Amino acid sequence: MKDHAALSEEFNIDEPRVNWHDETLWFIRQKRDRMAHGIPEWEWLRETASQIKNNVLSNLSAYLEQFEINALANGITVHWAADAKEHNEIIHSILKKHQVERMVKSKSMLTEECHLNDYLTENGIEVIDSDLGERIVQLGKEHPSHIVLPCIHKKKEEIGELFHKYLGTAEGESDPQVLTEAARQHLRDTFLTRRVALTGVNFAVAETGEFVVCTNEGNADMGVHLSEVHIASMGIEKIIPERKHLGVFLRLLTRSATGQPITTYSSHFKSPRPGQEMHIVLVDNGRSRQLGREDFRNSLKCIRCGSCMNTCPVYRRSGGHSYHSVISGPIGSILAPNLDMKEFADLPFASTLCGSCSNVCPVKIDIHDQLYKWRQVLVKEGYVSNVKSVSIKTMTWVLSFPALFAFAGKSGRWVMKTLPFLVNNKLNPWYKSREMPVPPKESFREWYAKNRGSK
Amino acid sequence: MTSSREKILSSVKANQPALKPLPQLELPVDVNLDPVENFTLIATNIGSRVFPVSSFDEIKEAIAKLFLPGRIVSSFTELADIAEIRLTDPDPHSLNDVNLAVLQAELGVAENGALWLPEDKMMQRILPFICQHLALVVSKKDIVRNMHEAYQILGNRNPGFGAFIAGPSKTADIEQSLVLGAHGPRSMTVFLID
Ligand code: SF4
Repeated sequence: MKDHAALSEEFNIDEPRVNWHDETLWFIRQKRDRMAHGIPEWEWLRETASQIKNNVLSNLSAYLEQFEINALANGITVHWAADAKEHNEIIHSILKKHQVERMVKSKSMLTEECHLNDYLTENGIEVIDSDLGERIVQLGKEHPSHIVLPCIHKKKEEIGELFHKYLGTAEGESDPQVLTEAARQHLRDTFLTRRVALTGVNFAVAETGEFVVCTNEGNADMGVHLSEVHIASMGIEKIIPERKHLGVFLRLLTRSATGQPITTYSSHFKSPRPGQEMHIVLVDNGRSRQLGREDFRNSLKCIRCGSCMNTCPVYRRSGGHSYHSVISGPIGSILAPNLDMKEFADLPFASTLCGSCSNVCPVKIDIHDQLYKWRQVLVKEGYVSNVKSVSIKTMTWVLSFPALFAFAGKSGRWVMKTLPFLVNNKLNPWYKSREMPVPPKESFREWYAKNRGSK
Repeated sequence: MTSSREKILSSVKANQPALKPLPQLELPVDVNLDPVENFTLIATNIGSRVFPVSSFDEIKEAIAKLFLPGRIVSSFTELADIAEIRLTDPDPHSLNDVNLAVLQAELGVAENGALWLPEDKMMQRILPFICQHLALVVSKKDIVRNMHEAYQILGNRNPGFGAFIAGPSKTADIEQSLVLGAHGPRSMTVFLID
């Protein structure tokens, strides 16, 4: 298996592409800033959202039970899945019951986490992803490289080639307008012919037993309202206590994600339409374990806005696929080791700990502190032991870009903070081959704004 | 064998930290902000067309000017001469050829240009999504400042399904180029009525 360093190097072979990727994400980060600055009470919103989520995590078992009671009363069938396997089996059993072999699915990172598509395909069921970005990566036999912008790594010419091959657009056509129209026609036909639609869940309200799904494209609604069966998959941490709390989260989510004031559609599903079946699958898959890790439980507050990725200097220059985990970027690097410490031991090292992620996070997760803490845990547990370990290679890759880390304050303090196990240690590969970076006088933001793009 | 439900709940219960209080939601409201003016500005920014009107005759005139001929469906009896106001076929697929749907929004939100459309004003759940063009009529007095106010008014009311809709369906998945008309309506028109 290739680690973050090796994958990043592959991504960096094409330098103009890396610069383009970097700039595109920075552009979205700037849109987010403009939106945040337009709301005088922005910090109040973040603090309130953070406190609501703290309350949720401290009372999650009661909220889950309350949600279940209300959802059942609304006519929704509630399923519980301890892990990915059980989640996939539940979905499969619903499809089998209805003798359905084709399903349409809107954005759901949870089903990616569970590798649902592979499971269903092996069982003879065809799944079509209906979010445009997800459809593109699906046609390209890839996975999303970003939780909000699944095909942010792809150029329009590559998308044009895929569409020419699979959707019959003209050869060489790469106009986003034309390609989107082709996808619209192709997917409308899909929506009209599928009897089962699966969606993710952005928020589920304990008080009312309803759940909210946010999209810009309208693909979740097109699938669901034309289907006989709606299945919604959600991680157990998506619960919020009361309906009025949606006001707080819906104000934060899309401003943070793409710099829009709200998604086009915020759909509130409470009960199935007459004749329709509605199922919700509550999935644990390691979440209750993470809840018990005091240092890392805050990662469960995440609302999957993606802004920590857009702002991360390492993410922007290494690409989402370099993280070799379903959720990439800073938050993915905290979530992944919870699932498998060995496989993902390198990820907490794919960071400069600059703290930009924590500064933008709408629910105030202390992302960079948690990355730092994971490093300690991984060292202690023996997953990071020598120069050959993937973690150190990842670290070295990050360190090989002065642009990524020179801002990190006094170098000595920085080395202590970042590489506690390497100081006074001959194994330090970086110490041997490179000079200590001189910290700049400007703040990271100013400095980075000036130096980005230049090597 | 314990079920997954019991397993998950007991594991959550064992691992959740001591109870932390819920924060108060003291609503920050900018009293200087003019809701209708702001709504118009933001809705326009996100790709909606906003027209202040004083009667259904004006709405009809605007529709004749703005849209090519095609199937029109509306929940307004006032539009009976230009639209189907009753849907006889309960099959949602039968609405695939609707060009324009004209429906009544319960409220609009100034801070983000979104409008709340509950199921009982949708005719069919699929209608505001499957139509090629969507027009929502909202009363000027029903424009609120922000989402907190919106939920305060809505309370826990949800007839089964409801949505905030803000602008036409859109995507920027291809190199961040904004394209209107992803899977849902290609355009969104808002009639602000006195
Ligand atoms: S950790 Fe925070 S910034 Fe990152 S995706 Fe989650 S909510 Fe957004």
